[in-house]
Amino acid sequence: MYQYNDFDTAFIAERNRQFRAQVERRIAGNLTEDEFRPLRLMNGLYLQLHAYMLRVAIPYGSLDPAKLRQLAYLAERWDKGYGHFTTRTNIQYNWPQLRDVPDMLDALAEVGMHAIQTSGNTIRNVTSDHFAGAAADEIEDPRPVAELVRQWSTDHPEFQFLPRKFKIAVIASDSDRAVMKSHDIGLKIVERDGARGFEVWVGGGMGRTPMVAKLLRDFLPRADLLPYLEAVLATYNRIGRRDNKYKARIKITVHENGLDEIRALVEEEFPRRRAAFSGVDQAWLARINAAFVTPTLSERDAAPYYAARDADPVFRAWADTNVTAHKHADHGIVTISLKAHGETPGDASADQMRLVADLAERYGHNDIRASHAQNLVLPHVALADIPAVHAALKSLGLATGNIGLASDIIACPGMDYCALATARSIPVAQGIATRLEELKIEHEVGHLQIKISGCINACGHHHVGHIGILGLDRAGVENYQITLGGDPSETTAIGTRTGPGFAYDEIVPAIERVIFAYLDLREGPEETFLEAYNRLGMAPFKSALYDQEARAHAAE
Amino acid sequence: MAQEFTPKVVTANALIEGDVVYLTAADTWARDLAQAEVLTDEADAQYRLLQAQARVDEIVGAYLADVRPGLNGPEPTHFREDFRRKGPSNLFHGKQADSLNHA
Ligand code: HEM
Ligand code: SF4
Repeated sequence: MYQYNDFDTAFIAERNRQFRAQVERRIAGNLTEDEFRPLRLMNGLYLQLHAYMLRVAIPYGSLDPAKLRQLAYLAERWDKGYGHFTTRTNIQYNWPQLRDVPDMLDALAEVGMHAIQTSGNTIRNVTSDHFAGAAADEIEDPRPVAELVRQWSTDHPEFQFLPRKFKIAVIASDSDRAVMKSHDIGLKIVERDGARGFEVWVGGGMGRTPMVAKLLRDFLPRADLLPYLEAVLATYNRIGRRDNKYKARIKITVHENGLDEIRALVEEEFPRRRAAFSGVDQAWLARINAAFVTPTLSERDAAPYYAARDADPVFRAWADTNVTAHKHADHGIVTISLKAHGETPGDASADQMRLVADLAERYGHNDIRASHAQNLVLPHVALADIPAVHAALKSLGLATGNIGLASDIIACPGMDYCALATARSIPVAQGIATRLEELKIEHEVGHLQIKISGCINACGHHHVGHIGILGLDRAGVENYQITLGGDPSETTAIGTRTGPGFAYDEIVPAIERVIFAYLDLREGPEETFLEAYNRLGMAPFKSALYDQEARAHAAE
Repeated sequence: MAQEFTPKVVTANALIEGDVVYLTAADTWARDLAQAEVLTDEADAQYRLLQAQARVDEIVGAYLADVRPGLNGPEPTHFREDFRRKGPSNLFHGKQADSLNHA
């Protein structure tokens, strides 16, 4: 895990000192809200519906026990005992008081964390594969590159006032577990003729105009990464639209100018940027690489794992969904579900965070990840230890076996917290998960990703949900639009709207009808929801959604 | 034809706690919508809003929210204001939980 050096530590301390003074001046009435707002947003502090919200970055989702325990401490000391893990691998505290926030930031600095650039038109938290360093299919650990990008982009003076927010993701395998192509820039580490470099994807995004990123450069030599990123950012900074917030993301710049034009401008800018780099970035990378050594995993007899699978059907069912193959065959990657049926997706209590920290220390080589799917991951656990991990997780309601299943829902905070929301999303997620649990069908249904946003900003990734749900305000009542066929994986696709939306009390039954239609229509259990949709198209699902409803109404 | 003016209250978030507050007739900030001053005249409403917005060291983001008269004082007409006056629906937090402390 990367540890702050003296420069990082001094920088954060100075920023925190400045913010403390700004908060004091605001409380004393010496700064107006108009003056203070940009300052607080630069430090991750939002004002939401019922309270302030502090958004803390978890760079590329990587945590260690000390960091996670400190996040638990913040939750308990200054919030209501829990935190909300988001799809951007940040954690949000929903109830801080303004005067406490400087203390919270100081507490974060003690463990090398901060909330800088978690808001505003800056380069945001860099995300990556939550299985990085453990996945059997990666060509290398993508996190050193993500850390390099983080260091370069943090407080980069040229990129503090971009036309709009900017999100970068880095992966290093063919399977995309980070929704790389929905980022402003997606980097995929690839190999060509024995050399490592990057595929550079540009212009992905969600929001009201969802777009899948396009391939800007099919092979960028490794040492050219930062100057090339600067060339892209500088091009965007210059020609990105500042006149219209809805056209300001780079996806629109690419769309309006065309990929070829953007590429030409970037290539023109690149030599200037390249010349300005002394190579110091490659020296940084060497230092960063040294901080990301994969733990030495000892050979362990996996027999206890298989014995537990045979003896305990609950354990077996959980392991089937929540344990993924590790590159080291006698180890596994354990995903801890923050999606207990009926609970808020992504919420974890302070006790739960501390338990996960303890387990990482005891069984997991001090490594913990937050995933974009709002779950936590222990990436390196010996198979032999997994039964003990499972037993411990059970004690605090963390042993839900539903990873990748229909109740493993991504949901944004929606109208329960978010000031921009047009409808609630959390209770819809709770309602769907509770219903699935009553019906006991989700294991039969298999892989199905449902994603819910409470407004068109699409923080809940609904565009790429196999089933996406978007909450809107239609004439003063909550109304939910359904999309089908979205795909967050390497075959990224944007879902298609089914038709008119559903009222709050109709949305859970509507989703249930879609799921039952799939069960009726699939060729067999091996055909997933998405495969069935891609084979059959919208018609039968539409009929299940609307014809049955029409029949029911006719019968009333 | 001019639309009839719907009754309004001045609402904002408290500067320190971030909690939802309402302007009362006595120029204090109440945590409870029932105690809010109901403004039935458009010019009056705009004037009260301007006065509220000037109180920068007490509140953030004052605006006028629609209400309708109810048995226990004004009631929100839109669901967003209904959530603002209660708190989130997934957890028993916010006003619904600590209204007693502030009463
Ligand atoms: C509660 C406070 C939040 C606010 C005010 C907020 C605001 C926004 C806005 C305005 C956008 C649209 C940006 C654009 O299209 O230009 C957006 C996009 C997004 N937000 Fe949030 N958000 C919030 C919470 C969250 C949470 C909790 C998550 C994670 C669960 C999240 C993840 C995202 C993602 C993934 C996008 C889409 C990025 C894209 O368009 O490429 N946000 N957010
Ligand atoms: S999608 Fe909308 S409602 Fe949900 S968190 Fe984002 S801005 Fe808020």
